[in-house]
Amino acid sequence: MTALAALIRRDIRIALRVGGGALIGVLFFLTVTVLMPFALGPDLALLTRLGPSILWLGALLASLLTLDRLFTSDHEDGSLDLIVMGRTPLELACAAKALAHWLAAGLPLIIATPVLGLMLNLDATATSAVALTLLVGTPALTFIGMIGAALAVTLHRGGLLLAVLVLPLSIPVLIFGVAASQAAISGPLPFGTPFSILCAISLVSFVIGPFAAAASLRHGLD
Amino acid sequence: MRLRGRQIDCVRGGRAVFSGLDFEAASSHALAVVGPNGSGKTSLLRLIAGLLVPAGGSVALEGGADELTLPEQTHYLGHRDALKPALSVLENLSFWRDFLGGDASDPHECLAKVGLAHATHLPAAYLSAGQRRRLSIARLLAVRRPVWLLDEPTSALDAAGQDLFAGLMQGHLARGGIIVAATHAPLGIEAGELRMGGSA
Repeated sequence: MTALAALIRRDIRIALRVGGGALIGVLFFLTVTVLMPFALGPDLALLTRLGPSILWLGALLASLLTLDRLFTSDHEDGSLDLIVMGRTPLELACAAKALAHWLAAGLPLIIATPVLGLMLNLDATATSAVALTLLVGTPALTFIGMIGAALAVTLHRGGLLLAVLVLPLSIPVLIFGVAASQAAISGPLPFGTPFSILCAISLVSFVIGPFAAAASLRHGLD
Repeated sequence: MRLRGRQIDCVRGGRAVFSGLDFEAASSHALAVVGPNGSGKTSLLRLIAGLLVPAGGSVALEGGADELTLPEQTHYLGHRDALKPALSVLENLSFWRDFLGGDASDPHECLAKVGLAHATHLPAAYLSAGQRRRLSIARLLAVRRPVWLLDEPTSALDAAGQDLFAGLMQGHLARGGIIVAATHAPLGIEAGELRMGGSA
């Protein structure tokens, strides 16, 4: 456990220090969401209707933005070799890295959501619904994205490839995340149905993500 | 303890780097891997470390801990330092100590041994190439592993650093460790020689 705690602590520390990039995601999220009202015009009803989708799309792209550094920086400086050789199973190490990444880059997105909800004319119920679905859904984005990050690790400039690999896989998360938020705001579906499916997708990604990432890291070593 | 490789074939990018290689290193012995550039020295070390899969043959540590694999009992000091510029010297070393696990020693002591005691709180980004190498070497001391794989360990080290490192390697051998080092420069310790490339 000390090994995993050490890995999580280190990754969070690096992410929060200068050049770490944890806040880049939040800034991007902020920019995208703030631009939307300007692009769509001052129609408050329209903003309310599109709000959850805009927030979800912003969060999805923001979480993708920082994912490509998940393994590349460790690969470039040789840390990945030592992590692979270590006594901690690589699957657990991958899960720890994903968790650290989510804590540093995903959690701030959720904290920013209430503020951004204001700009999109979302009331308290709608904002908390979106925040709750993001809280459940963004870990799935990180764990699914980790597979792409592990596949792209040996490629230089793998960032674009990462997006192409990961975005199709994250469509279900987006669908059920937005569906659950809409259900809470306007119905007619009960909130619980899409929300449960979103939870299920997250749980599945926690299981599959680390194994797939570890397998592709082992395979990609050279 | 004995590190033994048998009939190892190494293929990289479709090209045979070396084939049918045998080597052996016993407890308290060092093996210097020498040969021209591109003869497969680094590939051999990475193969022992489990970071490359041999196309044929096998490497095994006889008499090591049963429940651990060879890479888990091995320190690998490669070209790349595995240091994070954003973290301080002490944070870098403490992380590897905690992550690698096993018999660990005090990171402050290890830093003192490699002559970095004055720089513990400096971000690793400000270290010179020689200091980075010293910090990597401190990792070998922070956690005990019987096998050390060293790739050009003395590059970037000054004369005093090379002497210091030779002393640390002596200490490791005296405790029954095994060293396999790929090198062009003399290591400063008594070592068997494994010649790669050319006629091999």
